[in-house]
Amino acid sequence: MVSEVNQDLINELAALKLENARLRRQVESQPTTVQEYPLSLEEYRRYGRQMIVEDTGGVQGQVRLKNSKVLVVGAGGLGCPALPYLAGAGIGQIGIVDNDIVDTSNLHRQVLHDSTKVGMLKCESAKAVLNKLNPHVNVVTYPVRLNYSNAFDIFDGYDYVLDCTDTPLTRYLISDVAVNLGITVVSASGLGTEGQLTVLNFNNTGPCYRCFYPIPPNPMSVSSCQEGGVIGPCIGLVGTMMAVEAIKLIIGIYTPENFQPFLTLYSGFPQQTLRTFKMRGRQSKCICCGDNRSITRAAIESGEINYELFCGSRNYNVCSPDERITVNKFKDEYYDRTTQDYVLLDVRPSHHYEISHFPDAFNIPVKKLKDMHGSMAELQKEIPSIKEDSEVLVLCRYGNDSQLATRLLKDEFKLPNVKDIQGGFFRYIDEVDSSIPKY
Amino acid sequence: MIKVRVEFLGGLDVVFSKQRVHDLTIDAEELSMQGLIDYIVQNLITNKNDVDVFLEDDNIRPGIITLINDTDWELEGEMEYEVCDGDVISFTSTLHGG
Ligand SMILES: [Zn+2]
Repeated sequence: MVSEVNQDLINELAALKLENARLRRQVESQPTTVQEYPLSLEEYRRYGRQMIVEDTGGVQGQVRLKNSKVLVVGAGGLGCPALPYLAGAGIGQIGIVDNDIVDTSNLHRQVLHDSTKVGMLKCESAKAVLNKLNPHVNVVTYPVRLNYSNAFDIFDGYDYVLDCTDTPLTRYLISDVAVNLGITVVSASGLGTEGQLTVLNFNNTGPCYRCFYPIPPNPMSVSSCQEGGVIGPCIGLVGTMMAVEAIKLIIGIYTPENFQPFLTLYSGFPQQTLRTFKMRGRQSKCICCGDNRSITRAAIESGEINYELFCGSRNYNVCSPDERITVNKFKDEYYDRTTQDYVLLDVRPSHHYEISHFPDAFNIPVKKLKDMHGSMAELQKEIPSIKEDSEVLVLCRYGNDSQLATRLLKDEFKLPNVKDIQGGFFRYIDEVDSSIPKY
Repeated sequence: MIKVRVEFLGGLDVVFSKQRVHDLTIDAEELSMQGLIDYIVQNLITNKNDVDVFLEDDNIRPGIITLINDTDWELEGEMEYEVCDGDVISFTSTLHGG
């Protein structure tokens, strides 16, 4: 009995030993198998549809995205579509530089933000959305205005920079800093129904912004005081194209052998077109990336390169204080008069005027006024009642073009009694009558 | 006679009667880019006040990119380029909005 039981126990023990050894082997081998996967199981599910696009290089491409750091300067019309696509694609770290706050007038195109975020920093508003979209992404915010003294510290450590800004000044600064740090820039812009896209300083051998634009545009030549209009999905499409370029750069679609400097131009109206132009290469005479460089890190950081001066600013302050009148004074001393014995001239473009205007204001856009070359006969075609001694009050949207128009009326049309309404139509709405639509 | 298509993009069309594409037939045996630009200034800019939107110091204004058959004119000899029958010459002003 006892020996039989012992034999059974011995058999069972032997079987258990075998099983134990097998399980141990399994347990021992398991951690090493897990470590062979570079991504978590959740990440495999999340990025699967992207990884099975053969051109991305599968898991290897995904790991490159995960290990990359991309800085987006500007969370506006271009940044808003670029950011969620970069986060969705699984970029490891996304930096957002923007010190602006969300305004209702942004929301027709900056659709990453929403009506509940009005007044909030754009970079924080964007971060909240990206964190919800993809928790694997580390989002870092920089609620500052990019300038010569902070740009190097912010850019340092990033692999790519997306220029989603809206002034020539920051475009030169971003390109200059990126060249000095050896970073490739995806640069885009848009206005109205059109957009432009390019890749700068590719592989430290491609052209930079200064290669394309060695001389900055004259600020006075870039139209008027009105900030230009823009169609949301037109600029949105260009921002989306920026995300495509960033992903291509990271996974290595462009190589020093196949990369050709380019400028892509998108037109939304009348027929949508996308054209890619072949552009010049790096210019040996470029002062930033050429053979004889003067735009060095030291020169930029010391403030020696004066971007404000280089890009210029428009001089609108062309009227003396006695040629101007405040909106409140305008209301009390003119607008409230029972009979309108003065001329109210609105010099905004007509399509602005049509959105909202004073009921008794004439509309002659400043450009049209300029083209009259001081001819009273021409002016009287538009304003039959106007005479040399008429009292004229001029306004525009913000009070810039109206100063230029006041100068024209006084100097070219020789009208002595002309006054500029300071701050324009919008300040009147803000300070006097908020029931008028402001756009 | 040289037939050439001229395009004004990036908002430049405002000074060319708001017309983006102009198909021109120019009565000349030979036409350099300089010659074409002179022709454009004389014949296509209706308001002479607007010339400085297109030119600055007799050159294409900084901020405008000039393309010859979709290629940066810097690669094609700029003002010296000889315009050929059927060429497409594009001018696009640089956008800054974002
Ligand atoms: Zn350069």
